[in-house]
Amino acid sequence: MLFYTLKRFILTVPVAIGVSLVCFMLVHLAPGDPLTAVLPTDASAELQAQMRTLYGFDKPLPVQYGLWIWRVLHGDLGQSIATGRPVVSEVFNAVTNSLVIAAAATLIGFVLGSLLGIVAGYYQGTWVDRAASLISSLGVSVPHYWLGMVLVIVFSVQLGWLPATGGGPDGSANRSFDWNYLRFLILPAVTMSVIPMGIIARSVRALVGEILTQEFVQALAAKGLTERGVFRHVLKNAAPTAFAVMGLQLGYLLGGSILIETVFSWPGTGFLLNAAIFQRDLPLLQGTILVLALFFVFLNLAVDVVQSAIDPRVQRT
Amino acid sequence: MSNLVSIEGLTVTFTGRGKPVRAVDHVSLEVKKGSVLVLLGESGSGKSVTLRSLLRLHPEKTSKVEGRIVVDGHDIMALSKTEIGTVRGRTVSMIFQEPMLALDPVYTLGQQICEAILRHEDVTPEQAHARALALFEKVQIPSPERRLNAYPHEMSGGMRQRAMIALALACRPKVLLADEPTTALDATVQIQILLLLRALQRELGLSIIFVTHDIGVAVEIADKIAVMYAGRIVETGSVADIMHSPRHPYTRGLLASRVERAQKGDRLKTIPGSPPDLTALPPGCAFAPRCDMATQACHQQVPPLVTGDYDNAVACIHA
Repeated sequence: MLFYTLKRFILTVPVAIGVSLVCFMLVHLAPGDPLTAVLPTDASAELQAQMRTLYGFDKPLPVQYGLWIWRVLHGDLGQSIATGRPVVSEVFNAVTNSLVIAAAATLIGFVLGSLLGIVAGYYQGTWVDRAASLISSLGVSVPHYWLGMVLVIVFSVQLGWLPATGGGPDGSANRSFDWNYLRFLILPAVTMSVIPMGIIARSVRALVGEILTQEFVQALAAKGLTERGVFRHVLKNAAPTAFAVMGLQLGYLLGGSILIETVFSWPGTGFLLNAAIFQRDLPLLQGTILVLALFFVFLNLAVDVVQSAIDPRVQRT
Repeated sequence: MSNLVSIEGLTVTFTGRGKPVRAVDHVSLEVKKGSVLVLLGESGSGKSVTLRSLLRLHPEKTSKVEGRIVVDGHDIMALSKTEIGTVRGRTVSMIFQEPMLALDPVYTLGQQICEAILRHEDVTPEQAHARALALFEKVQIPSPERRLNAYPHEMSGGMRQRAMIALALACRPKVLLADEPTTALDATVQIQILLLLRALQRELGLSIIFVTHDIGVAVEIADKIAVMYAGRIVETGSVADIMHSPRHPYTRGLLASRVERAQKGDRLKTIPGSPPDLTALPPGCAFAPRCDMATQACHQQVPPLVTGDYDNAVACIHA
């Protein structure tokens, strides 16, 4: 188990290097000189050259990459052009906020999705299955910004139960897990949870249906197990795949929530990316993408390791 | 000796999609305590369906089971869901054809055996574990303590089938159902498993109903053989009866088409034609279309199973 974890960890190193290369190249792949974003259009050639030296753009690319990686490894992602604050702290705050909402959404989605999926899988072909499948299809196909707005109209505007936007009563800086903050979390988390709910429900339904047709289910009944006893076996067989799907969903939610975070003004990575793109804030963009991509890589690692721990069929050596 | 299992007029019809399929048609069988009955027949002859009816394993929604099955005093069809649960695994248990598919892949073998014991008996987990260990020794699994902690995919086919047998014997059943337990194994492992089953059967006084399409296997293990064709029993008798004086043309065809008898260069004998479509059985004898003895009368009505001088019976008007 330890050996597997170590091996799997080492395998992520080349992936991480690839990710960093792509992020590094972003600055050079973007149309135009990266300096045009920083400098006024009428800057003199002398000033441009000065800035080029200052940012290190005059050195050959491999050297630039080496220097950049060196700084990244020391926790320095540069400074935001727009705000002048260190990119690291900006990204760190945003990641924390996104993590909170993504975790909440995944949790809601996993619980509801698994329930729907199990019920649909067990009663495949009946109206129960069709109803559950309809809900999960709606989950994946409803536009989320629209759903978010509808929820805001109903629960914030009409009923006034929950706040419409923001990360907390005084921003997200002093987050604590009491009702004052959790209230702000509910609407965006529920809105975001319909995606993983739908996807998890569909996977679990297919999974449960497939498991139920396997002979060992009949063999379990043949040794006298009650339906509840058999159900335990079905769950344990379905769990590894269900957790893997959940882990990947968590990953997607971390990076892919620009629309929802914008609708709810939730100060997460999506919100930050949105701002960075529109302000052409390259260091911020680069840093955010790098952190998100690495996050994804390590999330996959975690999912694999957890999966090998609960599924004996995954090679452990 | 009394009959431990008696089946009367068992008829199983599957009503899933399309036309209803009558997989088993008025089958009556008896198995004495401590004896081995082999159901012999080709694929689709209804032997496995008959076997599974004894545990009521057919899905209730898509199958119709008629007739009467009594096992050790339990009227199987009349039992409630809870009651059938106490019969399964305890009075009657089953060995499946492919242990890789019939064992849960994410539980260790020890867990699966202990689970069966704990389900039926009021023992502590430690006692159940000790019993599982003893069972593994009984079915001759080397280093049993270690194998109890193994998952099915970590064992060889022969070892898996031994573990499956241990699982089936966990609660000391009276009747063991074996659904082609050696078909998925190599020839050398096959004979080992058969010998093991035979030895266990003698030692524990088990009754076994053994399903196979392989006459060689049937001869090895059977006390009595029942030959099935298209969901009906066409001939029953002792091993000697069936092997030396088969009376039904189908049984004779089966015996003639064995590879073991053939010499190099001989043309392999086969039964012409193919088994009938179970959704559209002919009105008469189901074998008549393939039978070289068939006459007009054969196509008129289904020949009854006529009991002969000894304990044998045949369903053929020419026999």
